[in-house]
Amino acid sequence: MVNRLAIEIAGLKLRNPTMLAAGILGLSRATLCEAIEKGAGGVVTKSIGLKPREGYPNPSVVQVSCGLLNAMGLPNPGIHDFVEEIRELKRGGVNVPIIVSVYGFSAEEFSKVARVAEKTGADALELNLSCPHVEKTGSEIGQSPSLVAEVVEKVKAAVKKPIILKLTPNVADISQVAKVGVEAGADAITAVNTLRAMRIDVETAKPVLAKTIGGLSGPAIKPIAVRCVYEIYEAVDVPVIGCGGINTWRDAVEFMLAGASAVQIGTSIALKGLGVFKSVAKGMDTYLRRKGFGSVKDIVGLSHNR
Amino acid sequence: MSAYLTTANQLRTVRIVSIRDETSTIKSFTFRDRLAAKAMPGQFVMIWIPGIDEVPMSLSTIDSKEGIVAITVEEVGEATSKLHRMKVGDVVGMRGPFGRGYTMMKARNVMIVGGGTGLASLAPLTEKIAQQKGRRITFFLGAKTCAELLFLERTKNVLATMKQRIVVTTEDGSYGTKGLVTEPVELLLAEEKFDMIYACGPELMMYKMFLLAERFKVRFQASLERLMRCAIGLCGTCVIGRYRVCRDGPVFSGEQLREVRDEFGHFKRGFNSKKIAI
Repeated sequence: MVNRLAIEIAGLKLRNPTMLAAGILGLSRATLCEAIEKGAGGVVTKSIGLKPREGYPNPSVVQVSCGLLNAMGLPNPGIHDFVEEIRELKRGGVNVPIIVSVYGFSAEEFSKVARVAEKTGADALELNLSCPHVEKTGSEIGQSPSLVAEVVEKVKAAVKKPIILKLTPNVADISQVAKVGVEAGADAITAVNTLRAMRIDVETAKPVLAKTIGGLSGPAIKPIAVRCVYEIYEAVDVPVIGCGGINTWRDAVEFMLAGASAVQIGTSIALKGLGVFKSVAKGMDTYLRRKGFGSVKDIVGLSHNR
Repeated sequence: MSAYLTTANQLRTVRIVSIRDETSTIKSFTFRDRLAAKAMPGQFVMIWIPGIDEVPMSLSTIDSKEGIVAITVEEVGEATSKLHRMKVGDVVGMRGPFGRGYTMMKARNVMIVGGGTGLASLAPLTEKIAQQKGRRITFFLGAKTCAELLFLERTKNVLATMKQRIVVTTEDGSYGTKGLVTEPVELLLAEEKFDMIYACGPELMMYKMFLLAERFKVRFQASLERLMRCAIGLCGTCVIGRYRVCRDGPVFSGEQLREVRDEFGHFKRGFNSKKIAI
């Protein structure tokens, strides 16, 4: 039987278009493996830097009316420790792409981490140009087209594997940033990371997050993320991966109609567990059959045919 | 979109209703919170000490009728010492209840083994089992020294009207039998058949209990502790093997622990996810 859901992104073969988003679980071999076993078509690790980082104190994740607010602060063991987890994962013989999310405080750091990740067996690198709550990295780079170009060029020169840019929605024109990134050598774009947001407790008059301001994810940001994907799809010729508030197959299909070739799921796991990958993929498959599409590729960007 | 919300995960502020000194370093704090009071024994809440930290705490009292819960806290760090300085009427944040608690099994002869503040999560479990007919409970309670024995009077009261034995051990011999709690447990397991063992305490004690349960082929449940952040299974801070302690635990069965025996009793992960030997 033909797998309608199979799709290729920058040479990465996905058995279905659902992926584990960066920042969710993804720091150990066993949890990445579990996401794969539960049906993810690809997995992105938590963001890894050159050196270990503890992240911020708690509260680092808090629920708001239609999403989650987080300021974890990029906790990770550093690439030199993390390679052990990737190696073990690859040794187990996985059948889906392992994408290592990379952050750095300079273009040099990005390229160093990317090179080690590639050597260890990463199938692609996703550059975190969008974390909204750590200074001197993430969105501070992603909001500046010249810094984006510098980082992408440096990483491109250091690795052969595909480079995916994860962009921040906290910019005036996201398609402009995507264009610059692609011109500098990006092979795909993930849109979007979280939106800067905060919550204040009215009883204690204190911001809830220890870091004060964090990033908003979940259903609250879905319409913004869909718009971003739509705009990027029109601006660049590389595949786009949608991310932001995907809970159901309908959400995933909406992203694909906007121009996404795949979707990343994170926040929804809090509600639906890791079973969300299978339920979204199954629903998409039923949709494709009902609508008479032979492949999920046929609906990518379909809403642009007006 | 409101369907998105998980009710338990809503952060609310709760006032301290009462404070009780349990030992020189351990206090219990009581709160009125209907949501948390629906918890099963073994579940936990996240307690936010505004301006300091947010930490996981086992519920040591669960009174669903009165809508009251308590946590029992040892002063060990910044958050817990701030909490220890708080007074009745002061406000903390609360999320939860979270996770999977103890599973009540059809078991006639039950062993409960608690060490240190591990007694906190075992107290409501013991109360629940004590309400059921035809149970026999052997309760092992361990501490470093007499002054640190937690919930001895409470356990005696709860078990007063049923078939029971209470065995107390202290490492320095200042109360009960001298030594580790697992020593008299091992002797008893060799001569008597138990249907179920529940354990909570320091990880090496629980690991030893797990090995004993395996050796004597007794069903086993233990409540694990790991660093936690989100408490809703997203961040990966508390993982052990493929399990998330906040969501798949904190209580795990012997079968689950067998699967993660390379980690359980051997290492945990720090906030940066690096392995730390236990």
